[in-house]
Amino acid sequence: MNWTNFFWQTLWPIVIILGQSVLLLVALLIFVAYILLADRKIWAAVQMRRGPNVVGPFGLLQSFADLLKFVLKEPIIPAGANKGVFLLAPLVTCVLALAAWAVIPVHPGWSIAEINVGILYIFAISSLMVYGVIMAGWASNSKYPFLAALRSAAQMVSYEVSIGFVIITVLMCVGSLNLTKIVEAQNGPWGMLQWYWLPLLPMFVVFFVSALAETNRPPFDLVEAESELVAGFMVEYSSTPYLLFMLGEYVAIVTMCALATILFLGGWLPPFPIAPFTWVPGIVWFVIKVCFMFFLFAMAKAIVPRYRYDQLMRLGWKVFLPLSLFMVVAVAAVLHFMGLAPK
Amino acid sequence: MTVPALFFYLFSAVAVASAFMVIAGRNPVHSVLWLILTFVNAAGLFLLVGAEFLAMILVVVYVGAVAVLFLFVVMMLDVDFAELREGFLQYLPIGALVGLVFLVELVLVVGTWVTGPGIASAITSPIPDASKVTNTEAIGRVLYTTYVHYFQLAGIVLLVAMIGAIVLTLHHRPNVKRQSISSQNARTRDTAIEVVKVKPGEGL
Repeated sequence: MNWTNFFWQTLWPIVIILGQSVLLLVALLIFVAYILLADRKIWAAVQMRRGPNVVGPFGLLQSFADLLKFVLKEPIIPAGANKGVFLLAPLVTCVLALAAWAVIPVHPGWSIAEINVGILYIFAISSLMVYGVIMAGWASNSKYPFLAALRSAAQMVSYEVSIGFVIITVLMCVGSLNLTKIVEAQNGPWGMLQWYWLPLLPMFVVFFVSALAETNRPPFDLVEAESELVAGFMVEYSSTPYLLFMLGEYVAIVTMCALATILFLGGWLPPFPIAPFTWVPGIVWFVIKVCFMFFLFAMAKAIVPRYRYDQLMRLGWKVFLPLSLFMVVAVAAVLHFMGLAPK
Repeated sequence: MTVPALFFYLFSAVAVASAFMVIAGRNPVHSVLWLILTFVNAAGLFLLVGAEFLAMILVVVYVGAVAVLFLFVVMMLDVDFAELREGFLQYLPIGALVGLVFLVELVLVVGTWVTGPGIASAITSPIPDASKVTNTEAIGRVLYTTYVHYFQLAGIVLLVAMIGAIVLTLHHRPNVKRQSISSQNARTRDTAIEVVKVKPGEGL
């Protein structure tokens, strides 16, 4: 084997994958910077404030100013902390959150890896997210972070169960674990009325609420409840490690929005398969739907008061789990007896 | 051809090294974290042989759930390491004996291990054909047809284990005030508030 052959057959695909990954990461991070700003602006609007409006026109550059500030500050590591694990925790959170985007198709054929078990991959990655929080809580060697870590472990593990059942109901309708096929299964003459949010409406609600709990968003942000735990597992973090946590958290939120878009809102499909809608490229619809989902997340943060911990656990185990389990059986029965099951 | 081989050596080297660190680590929390790394690398090895479903399930179940519980328990333990290392020499002989027995057993098992006659061809040309059926579907086909009774039996074993754990840990102590969510939610203004006319100078 000569060198040119080796280059074109082995190295070139790797270079292409690297290039695509860098492109995706840059786009994603810029998107996250603006979604963070949108979060603060929406929150401010609900409370009749103006929100960030100083850096750049309408405060559009606020997130970049924050980035610069976080990076330039001094990272402080507590003397009693377990240094390695302490610094590993924010990295784990951030890297895992970004890794989930490898399989998300934002446009027909536009994903870094088109794998057959895409939905399971995202589920696996989101079940690993809990490690960032647990490691941070334990390594800080301080009581508030530790309490937050215990809370978060229980919270994220419990809501994962109902998310799993929601995913199973969608999969039963689709007959594939491939994200592209999940989107294509929602394509049809009825447009947005045929996307799964309407036929599986209770599951869409369960998924939305569980996604809030899974990403530690208000009203389920007991992990960093500032009125009781100071700032939860992030108490001891400063500067860049703190930035990585925030980044990981927001990327995870955008991932959940993207997942809701793919599972229930028809991914890149236009709302109606007729002329003016089909001219718009798929990625635009995808981004619009993700932004809509994020708007719902931000509104939930602004208008719903925080849950108490026992209420949170009760909702997860005694309301959502039986409901989603029942829906799995009900949907399976309907699919089987009406002859609607795929294949 | 070279890239999968490279990844195979990467995953297996990291898996073996981190498995060693699980037993070599002084701090039990670090041990659990190394164990998680071992699981993740094993999942990577599954991916390389094309068992993508098993790889993902390994991560979801073992790393996402079981190891979280391990970590949970180990973090809560207050282990005194000096005390742990105190009896090392005292327990060395019995530990060595147990280790030796396991070693002999392993050697006996691995020494008599023969690969079945059809295995080599089954790996190179699996039935159903791997290019036509995804391996999620292939597993589903055997699991819910040929092995459906074993599958159900495994479910029953897990159910019994779960009920057993609940029975063992559930205590209803008589003198504890309990919260009743349904009675709290059933409260209305009529049941909660009573308007009483109090005459001056008499009290209630």
